[in-house]
Amino acid sequence: MVDKLLGKRTAVETNGHLPEAGLITDARAIAATRGTAWQAVQLARDPKRPHAQDVIAGAFDRFQELHGDRLFRDDPAVIGGIAEIDGLYVVVVGQQKGSSTEENIARNFGMPHPEGYRKAIRLYRLAEKFHLPLITLIDTPGAFPGPEAEERGQAEAIARSIEAMTRLATPVVVVVLGEGGSGGALALGVGDVVLALENAVYSVISPEGAAAILFRSNAEAQRAASALRLAGPDLLELGIVDALIPEPPGGAQTDHTATAKAVRAALTSELERLSRVPTADLLSARYERFRAIGVVVEPSAGQAPPKKEPWWRRGIGKVRL
Amino acid sequence: MRLRMPFARGRKEFPSHLWTQCPGCGEMLFNKQLVRNLNVCTSCEHHFRFGGRERIELLVDRGSFEEHDSEMTSADPLVFADSKPYPTRIEAARAKSGEQDAVITGFALIGEVPTAIASMDFDFIGGSMGSVVGEKITRVAERALAERRPLVIVSASGGARMQEGTIALMQMAKIVAALGRLADAGLPFVSVLTDPTTGGVLASYASLGDLIVAEPGALIGFSGARVTDQTIGEKLPTGFQRSEFVLEHGFIDQIVPRAQLRDRLAFFLTAFRPVAHDMRWSL
Repeated sequence: MVDKLLGKRTAVETNGHLPEAGLITDARAIAATRGTAWQAVQLARDPKRPHAQDVIAGAFDRFQELHGDRLFRDDPAVIGGIAEIDGLYVVVVGQQKGSSTEENIARNFGMPHPEGYRKAIRLYRLAEKFHLPLITLIDTPGAFPGPEAEERGQAEAIARSIEAMTRLATPVVVVVLGEGGSGGALALGVGDVVLALENAVYSVISPEGAAAILFRSNAEAQRAASALRLAGPDLLELGIVDALIPEPPGGAQTDHTATAKAVRAALTSELERLSRVPTADLLSARYERFRAIGVVVEPSAGQAPPKKEPWWRRGIGKVRL
Repeated sequence: MRLRMPFARGRKEFPSHLWTQCPGCGEMLFNKQLVRNLNVCTSCEHHFRFGGRERIELLVDRGSFEEHDSEMTSADPLVFADSKPYPTRIEAARAKSGEQDAVITGFALIGEVPTAIASMDFDFIGGSMGSVVGEKITRVAERALAERRPLVIVSASGGARMQEGTIALMQMAKIVAALGRLADAGLPFVSVLTDPTTGGVLASYASLGDLIVAEPGALIGFSGARVTDQTIGEKLPTGFQRSEFVLEHGFIDQIVPRAQLRDRLAFFLTAFRPVAHDMRWSL
């Protein structure tokens, strides 16, 4: 893992992920069992899927929830607090969806307001101050797009949250539990290690939104979902996530306990590794991890740029009569 | 030679290649005059959109701009399956805007202060942020750090580029991380918001300036009106998400008319210039 953190990507066998953590680090390993992108989207959105609270209850030994952003109000779409895992204290922040309609209305369908992100930032700072590792759990269709969110600076809150995470001087592990919806998800998504459950999705825009823009029709969402390459194995191939946490057969919604156990195993092994890395190395590796994402084409360095034609060749402009 | 008469009989409208109707006041504006007035309506000061390269010309000291990474272009990392292939869209955008991608970066002098500048071009796929925008801005920020220059980013963007999927999303984190290093080194970053600055661009670097200034009447907001409409079934009130609204709610420092932008930036950058007092005269 340290090798991997420091940017030396090595073969799957030697990249440090302990086999007992059971993580999937090669998309080919699950190529036979993977469904379509649209199936992944539906699994990720399944209301019966374990949400942040279920995972926290199952994966940690103790948890005390903390409330409020100290500025405006407590956002129920973001939960956070201090937890204990294997004798280690950590700060956990997650986006919370509901599993019933009433609960979803109370949780705003897991769509945070600016105060939710500001609560998250407050908890990040708490983790940094007392050098507790930070664990974030992503599960949101996106940041809330309503007028009150705009008034209170949704974009600014997300930007500050991303900024805080890029420089937080403590180990950060990100787990995408279900839906990773655009900037609203990335606000919790900058870490030393980014993991995702096998059927989680992570996307720049919802498949419906993409279909509406690209094909002028919501019905093409399935096509857009596969084009966006938002499913777990795709994210692994693109280097967006470092490893997938296997789900029980049939998906996480079938067995909450087993899912939480898998998350626990992954977290303990990652935290154990990260806790041995000096903070300065951690921060520079985190920088390099995100620095390396992006594909561009550049003309080869040795090649001189094409010379501009001299003005007498370009002509002064055609004389019109 | 036949003169073209804009008001000739039989013509129902003004010829659009010569005249533009101002959406602010309805006035018909002669195009040449509009360009001379920096794309600002002469009667109501409505700010029309302004190109990325013209913006640099407007802001920097004459002849001081030195462009970086001008040849960098987009790849198609997702092999994006669309009604029109992504490389074709890029090609079309290149023809339309005359740029290689949605941002122009480089070094320049602004009011004689050596500065790093990035200017986005809305004509290139809605100024959307993909790998090239991410890489060019990150590089110019890193170079600014290495040479201890302040950074100015002029944003004009609809957000992340859908055709590059999650990779485009991660550019937000990449740029913000680079800006963090700039901030740690005590170097100023001034963010200029122009029409429009929305989505992932506003939700990352554009909102993180030590100073944030906006042009009058620019659309500035996180989510587009269509998304809001679809998600919560509510229409946004008029005047919502405009510069004046954002200023009122405390998220930007100033609204600066286009004609004053250059002098205002020069003032700020000079004020922040990292110079020790006893060295002030030797420079």
